[in-house]
Amino acid sequence: MERADLRPHHIRDSVIRIAGNSQDGIQSAGALLARLAGRSAQDVMTYMTIPSTISGGPSIFQVRIGTGEVLSTGDEADFLVAFYQHSYRDHIGFLKQGGVLLYDSDNVQPDSDDKRFVHVGIPITGLTVEALGGTAKDKGKNVFILGLLAKIFDLDVEKLKGLIQEKFRGKDESIVNTALIAFQAGYAYPVGNVLTNLYRFEKSPDAGGSPQVTMDGNQALAYGLIAGGVRYGAAYPITPWSTIMEILRSELPKYGGLFVQCEDELGAVSMALGFSYAGHLAITGSSGPGISLKTEAIGWATMAEIPLIIVNVQRGGPSTGLPTNVEQSDLYQAVFGGHGDSPRVVLAPSTVENCFYIAIEAARIARKYSTPVFILSDASLATRIQAFDEPDLKNLMVQSKPDLTPRAADFKPYPLDRITSHAPPGTHMLGGVYPTVTGLEHDEMGHPTGSPALHSAMTAKRRSKLQQLAGEIPVPEVYGDPDGNVLVVGWGSTYGSIHEAVKVAQQCGESLSALHLWHLNPLPNGLEKIFERFKHVIVAELNDQGLYGYGQLATLLRARYCNPKIRSLTKTDGLTFRVKEILEGVLK
Amino acid sequence: MSATDSTITPLPEADKLTKKALTADHPTWCPGCGDFAVLAAFYKMLERRQLPHENIVTLAGIGCSSRFPYFVNTHGGHFIHGRAVPLASGVSLSRPDLHVFLFGGDGDAFSIGGNHLEHGSRKNINLTYVIMDNFVYGLTKKQTSPTSPLGFRSKTDPTGAIDQPVNPIKKLLAAGASFIARTHSTQVNHMIQMMERAMSHNGFSVVECLSECVEFFPGAFDSGNPRKGGDFILIEEKKWDGTPEDELRHDITDEIAAYKLANLPFPGMFGVFYESDRPSKNALEKKWIDATRAKLNEPSDLELLQQTFDRMK
Repeated sequence: MERADLRPHHIRDSVIRIAGNSQDGIQSAGALLARLAGRSAQDVMTYMTIPSTISGGPSIFQVRIGTGEVLSTGDEADFLVAFYQHSYRDHIGFLKQGGVLLYDSDNVQPDSDDKRFVHVGIPITGLTVEALGGTAKDKGKNVFILGLLAKIFDLDVEKLKGLIQEKFRGKDESIVNTALIAFQAGYAYPVGNVLTNLYRFEKSPDAGGSPQVTMDGNQALAYGLIAGGVRYGAAYPITPWSTIMEILRSELPKYGGLFVQCEDELGAVSMALGFSYAGHLAITGSSGPGISLKTEAIGWATMAEIPLIIVNVQRGGPSTGLPTNVEQSDLYQAVFGGHGDSPRVVLAPSTVENCFYIAIEAARIARKYSTPVFILSDASLATRIQAFDEPDLKNLMVQSKPDLTPRAADFKPYPLDRITSHAPPGTHMLGGVYPTVTGLEHDEMGHPTGSPALHSAMTAKRRSKLQQLAGEIPVPEVYGDPDGNVLVVGWGSTYGSIHEAVKVAQQCGESLSALHLWHLNPLPNGLEKIFERFKHVIVAELNDQGLYGYGQLATLLRARYCNPKIRSLTKTDGLTFRVKEILEGVLK
Repeated sequence: MSATDSTITPLPEADKLTKKALTADHPTWCPGCGDFAVLAAFYKMLERRQLPHENIVTLAGIGCSSRFPYFVNTHGGHFIHGRAVPLASGVSLSRPDLHVFLFGGDGDAFSIGGNHLEHGSRKNINLTYVIMDNFVYGLTKKQTSPTSPLGFRSKTDPTGAIDQPVNPIKKLLAAGASFIARTHSTQVNHMIQMMERAMSHNGFSVVECLSECVEFFPGAFDSGNPRKGGDFILIEEKKWDGTPEDELRHDITDEIAAYKLANLPFPGMFGVFYESDRPSKNALEKKWIDATRAKLNEPSDLELLQQTFDRMK
C-alpha cells in the first residue's frame, strides 16, 4: 500500500539523469520534462549524448530543473534512472552521495552493498509491457518513467499529459492513447513504498512574469535567423548542424523564402552566396569538416564583399573526429581558415536563449558591413534544451527585401571611402554602368586590377570595416567582483559552467570573476582595462593547449594584448566543463 | 513568373538595349580566340530580345571564357572555379524577375564543377549556361582538359592524353538537363539561334559551344568549320508534318535518339539534341511556397513567428 502520508520535500534544484539506449526514447521523455519545467516558469537545462552509431548504443538525457537561475546541467545527479546494467555501470559514479538510483529491476542488478545511494528497483520493462499489452514490447518505457518522475516530483500531471498529446499530435490516435496508458502506469506505481521522500519544486519567484519558451539551441538559432530577416539559405546535412537546416527547409517557405539542400558543401555555400548577391542575406551552415569545404567560397565573399551568415555547430575534430561530442576547436578555422588576408566576423552564442539573439546580431552585422559572419555554436548547445523569457518579437523582427532603388550615376560597388553596399541585380543603374562583383582584386568599379596600390588600399578597406565594427561592440561586463584575484575568460557554450563556478567560489570566499566574449573577431575594444584589474586571467575553453601551451582564444588574446598573465585552462575529452573542473583548474 | 516568360516591357527609346549599351571592358582574350564570336552573338541576341537592361545577370566561374562578365555591361559576377552553377542557381531561385546567364569553359563545367553541373541539371534550375568548350586549359597555359581528345599533347600529358574525354552531351543527358544544344563559334547565326532558344526554355538550358583556343589548341574544331574544309552538319528536327522525310528527322524529346546523335564521331552534329518540358525547380518550389502560405492564410512574418513561439510555451 502506498503511504498516503508521504509529505513532499521542498527542493530548489534537481539533476535527473536518464541512462539507456538511444532507441529507448529517453530524449523525448527528457525533452517533455524540460518543456514542462519551462511551462511552469521553472528554469531548466538539459544535456544529452547520442552515440554516432547508426542505431542503438548507450545514450543519456539529463535534465536539471531549478527554481531560480540554472546555469549548468550539473556536476552530479540527484537521481539516476538506469535502464540497463551498462547504464548503471557507466553512470553510477555520477550519482551524488545520498542520491536516488531508480533502476529497471528486470535488467539491472546493482551492487546491494553499496550504501552510498538509495536503491529503488522497479520492474520498468515488465510493468510497461503489462500496461501496454504484448505487442508494444517495451516501447513506452520512456513514458512510464515520465509518469514515475511526475509522481516523485509532484509535477503538474495535467500539463504533462497535455504535452504528451502535443508531442504525438498528428499521429495515430492509438499512439497517443498508448503513451497516456504508459504514463498512467508509471504515475500509479506505488513508489512511496520504496522511496521515503517525494519532492516538490519551490514556486519560482517570477512565476506569472513574462511567459517562457522552451527549445533547444539549434531551434533558437534557426528562429533567430528568421527574426533577423533571413529568408534564404542552402546547406548539406551533417551532425549536429542538420536540425537547423531541417527547420529552415520547412519554415522559410511559410515566410515566402526558401532553403535548399545542395549536392555538397561547396554547392551549398555557393548557392547561399547567389541568394545574397541577389539581395537576400542568406545563411549556410555545417559542422567543422563541412566548413573546411566551404572555405574557398567564403574567401570570395570576403573579397567580393557579399554578406553571408555561416553557422558552424562545432563538434570534436579534426576530420570526422567526434561527430556527436562538444569541442570549441574551430575558432582558429573561423578566424583564420582562409587563404589570403581575409578578415571575418566571428560570433559565439553562450546559451540557448543567446542563440536566438546572436543570430539577429549576425544578420545585422552581415548587412551593415557587407561581409561574411560566422556563428560558432557547438554540439552541446545544439541539443541543449533551456527555457527562457519569450522574446519581444514585435520589436525584434527585421523585414528585409532586396534594395532595388535605382542607383545614381556615381555609384561604385567598391568605394574606398565607404563601406560597400551592393546594388543587387534588378537595380536600374541611372548612369547606365552595371556593376560586376568579383573575387579578383579590383578597383572601385569592380574592374580587375593588379595594381599594387589598389591591392593595398582594398585589403585595408576590407580590414578597416571590421575595425570600425570593433568600435561599436559593447564591452562585456564582468560577472562577479569587478577586480580581484582571478578572472576566467570564456566563450560559447561554457558560459553556464563558468558562471556557476564563480557563484560557488564566491560562496566559499574565493575571489573569482568571469568575463564572457560573444564577439571573438573582431574583439571588443577595452578588454585590456578589464584584464588590468585582475592578478590572473585564465581563458577556459574546450580545445587543446596547442604547441605553446595556450588554447585558441587564449592565443588570440595573448597576440592581441601581449599580456603574459593571460593563461589557459583547456580540455579535450569531448564533454563540457564541469563546474568542479573550472574551480580546480583556475584556483589551484 | 519565370525568368523566361518574356513579357517584355517596351523600353523608352533612350534605354533601348544596343550593343553600345551592352559593351563593357575590352576583352582580354588572345587575338583570334573563338570567345570573341560568342560575346558578339550574346550581344546580338540581347539586342534582338530587348530585355529590361537591369534584369539581365551575367555570371561566370574561372577560366578564359569566364572573364565574360567583365565584357558585358549588365549586372554580373565573377565567381570561383567550378561553383558558378550553384551561385547562379541561388540568383535564379530567389529572383524570378531576372534572366540568369552563365558562361564558362570545359574545366569549370566538366572537371572541377562536374558535380554542380550534374545537380543543376537534375534540379532543373531555370537558367541558361553557355559552355565555351576549347578542349584545353588556356588560362593556365595548356594543360589537359576533361574534353581534350585522346593523344592530345599538353604540358601535363607530354606524350599525349590517355584519359577518355567527357562527352558533354551524353553527360548532360544523363544528368537530366532539360535543354541541350551544341554549336560552333565560327557559326554566329547558329550560336544566336541556340542561345535564344536556350533562353526561351523554362529550365536548365545548356549550349555547348566549340570555341577554339588559337594559342594552345589551334585548329581543334576545323573539322566542324566549312571554311576550313570541315562539315558543319545540322540536326534536322522533326516538323511533325507526317511526311516520309520527317520520319528521318530528330525528335528532340527522344532521349535515346539524342544519345545516338551524341555518339557520332567528332565533329558530330550541331543543333538542339534534347528538350523536355518537365517543371523547373523554380516552379516546383514556388508551388510549394504558394500552397504553404495559402494554407496558413497568408500570415504576416510576425504572426507566423509568434505562433511558433506560442507553441513552445
